[in-house]
Amino acid sequence: MSEKSDKTEQQRLSVFKTYKLYVGGKFPRSESGRVYDVTDSKGKWLANAPLSSRKDARDAVVAARKAFGGWSGATAYNRGQVLYRVAEMLEGRREQFVREVADAEGLSKAKATVLVDATIDRWVWYAGWTDKIAQVVGGGNPVAGPFFNLSSPEPTGVVTVLAPQESSFLGLVSVLAPVIATGNTAVVIASEKSPLPALSLGEVLATSDVPGGVVNVLSGRTAEIATPLAAHQDVNAIDLAGADDVLAKELEIAAADNLKRVLRPQPVGEVDWSTTPGLDRMTAFLETKTVWHPTGALGASGSSY
Amino acid sequence: MASTPASASVFEYAPAPESRSVVDIAPSYGLFIDGEFTEAADGKVFKTVSPSTEEVLSEIAQAGEADVDRAAKAARRAFEKWSALPGSERAKYLFRIARIIQERSRELAVLETLDNGKPIKETRDTDLPLVAAHFFYYAGWADKLDHAGFGANPRPLGVAGQVIPWNFPLLMLAWKIAPALATGNTVVLKPAETTPLSALFFADICRQAGLPRGVVNILPGYGDSGAALVAHPDVNKVAFTGSTAVGKEIARTVAGTRKKVTLELGGKGANIVFDDAPIDQAVEGIVTGIFFNQGQVCCAGSRLLVQESIQDELLDSLKRRLSTLRLGDPLDKNTDIGAINSAEQLARITSLVEQGSAEGAERWSPECELPSSGYWFAPTLFTNVTQAHTIARDEIFGPVLSVLTFRTPDEAVAKANNTQYGLSAGIWTEKGSRILAVASKLRAGVIWSNTFNKFDPTSPFGGYKESGFGREGGRHGLEAYLDV
Repeated sequence: MSEKSDKTEQQRLSVFKTYKLYVGGKFPRSESGRVYDVTDSKGKWLANAPLSSRKDARDAVVAARKAFGGWSGATAYNRGQVLYRVAEMLEGRREQFVREVADAEGLSKAKATVLVDATIDRWVWYAGWTDKIAQVVGGGNPVAGPFFNLSSPEPTGVVTVLAPQESSFLGLVSVLAPVIATGNTAVVIASEKSPLPALSLGEVLATSDVPGGVVNVLSGRTAEIATPLAAHQDVNAIDLAGADDVLAKELEIAAADNLKRVLRPQPVGEVDWSTTPGLDRMTAFLETKTVWHPTGALGASGSSY
Repeated sequence: MASTPASASVFEYAPAPESRSVVDIAPSYGLFIDGEFTEAADGKVFKTVSPSTEEVLSEIAQAGEADVDRAAKAARRAFEKWSALPGSERAKYLFRIARIIQERSRELAVLETLDNGKPIKETRDTDLPLVAAHFFYYAGWADKLDHAGFGANPRPLGVAGQVIPWNFPLLMLAWKIAPALATGNTVVLKPAETTPLSALFFADICRQAGLPRGVVNILPGYGDSGAALVAHPDVNKVAFTGSTAVGKEIARTVAGTRKKVTLELGGKGANIVFDDAPIDQAVEGIVTGIFFNQGQVCCAGSRLLVQESIQDELLDSLKRRLSTLRLGDPLDKNTDIGAINSAEQLARITSLVEQGSAEGAERWSPECELPSSGYWFAPTLFTNVTQAHTIARDEIFGPVLSVLTFRTPDEAVAKANNTQYGLSAGIWTEKGSRILAVASKLRAGVIWSNTFNKFDPTSPFGGYKESGFGREGGRHGLEAYLDV
């Protein structure tokens, strides 16, 4: 009996997945029609991934900008609920991600499992931050006058994220989740050689109540996609985690053109995605808005209530 | 306008000049490096003049690349000991500085008015009190950094290279130096070439306070000195306040380095007046918003957005108010509008205003007699301005207000946000929910509702978009100087 079913397994032809981009809540191929070979760590062919073009990058920015008003305007509680839903969906796809991460990073199943579990837990960690960050980094300021004065963090806008090249899933989520938790929208460039976990994450996001356009995932040559995004006038910030020193410098220079907020890559050797993050990947993409209003205190100021 | 018949018929003001004798300006000043005043390596000097009279006030050593190098190295040497001091000791130096500034505030106010051209009323009542308050505020942080929300024992960055503008010379120095020293950094600061004097007097205050050598270095000079400072390998932190064009250049210069940067750049602030606003208060706020410091303020409310239905009433009232402003001797305690800081700035304002007229906007100024010497520009109002006009898009940095209209709150928000900048905005309405709704939609770092141009050391200041990044002031202002 068992022999027979084993044989059936072996004889059954598996169904391959066509990996596609995730832009504006849809799954397009690259408009260029191009793909590139994705292999595992031993060089075995895994899939044809879309080789995104400049046009794909620009389309992703349009989608991210369109989604920004709704996502940044949603209540922090709502964003937390949506992000927690992502973790729930990730949990359900755990086996798939273990396989993809093991292939991508050349890890044993056990080691890949540790990474995927950490990734899901990381997502839960950031989901809980949505309605707390404003209390931690904002607050009232005791100005020396009859004024109410309040500083609040606000998302900076559309953020381009160069996902880490080596850590295809834990690294990816560690840079993406903090960007969107605070209300930004993102254009993510997946790890160039290991894009499959990122493309599969798009499928998770699409089924997790994350509004289309909040996260847009592009695969292809990092430098080719990042260059137009660094220079794009409707991108507010760029996370260079996945850039080497040479590319990071070029992109930072291009980003100066409209004064994008730039998060530089961590120096090689200081990158450890497994440690619990601080606030810095969130605060890097937050603006502080300070609002003043007279309190109506009587006195020499001349104001009254 | 003190001398115009219109105002003369109501009130005649006798001159009320503040005495110049409280300040003693030396005929020449050196660079302040490693605790000593010194000549520039190449012996270069430049003159600083009083913008209200064109009188030469002093001759100043002009820092070149060699001087920048010397100052940066002095700051580097001083960093080890300064950063190792207990925070409580650093705090006491800063408290000393704050107190000395208070003691010498009349002298510094007169000095600033002479070198900058702004009215004594402003230097005396705004600049100097804020300068002292800023040092007091950050002094208190020096031994409390563990509790600032950046983790335990946050470390300083090293040498801070700071470049400041001429519009609030000593206040911008305070915004830069106070948090840098409190967090344990050492400083090389370049004041603007038209207003170097108060920074050099501050150097003397550092000596009076017994500040260790090399902790603060002051390098007067032009843009090239600033560029050399920003690029210097010993500089770990760059803080700049000035134009957006230079800010972008700085961002390119530091690309690929580990230098931390904060930029506080230009603005084109919208001051939005809704139909239910208290007109008299709004008029005062509009005047403060654009004519404070002759409009040479990055967060000036230079675009007035007025709801169409009250445009006529508001503009009548505003014009009446502008006719009572007194332009003239900045040292006169009754003066509202002082001199433009430099001939160069006056030329820029003049050219943009001419462009405004040429593009079809309607120009108005109160009757106004300008002094015969010095750099002066009458308060100016443009109506019939559209969003496409240059005067509605470019920062003029002068006493020039562009008036646009809107019909709905959504239109007001859209027009206010239709700019590359995002530094400040004003909202005038009696409806609380409208203030909060509009404030949340405006993409600007500082929103003044039913007030304008208020500043405080505890209140973070800085912009969105091309107005720069990072915040100065408050707990937020510490982050720029810490390795976090």
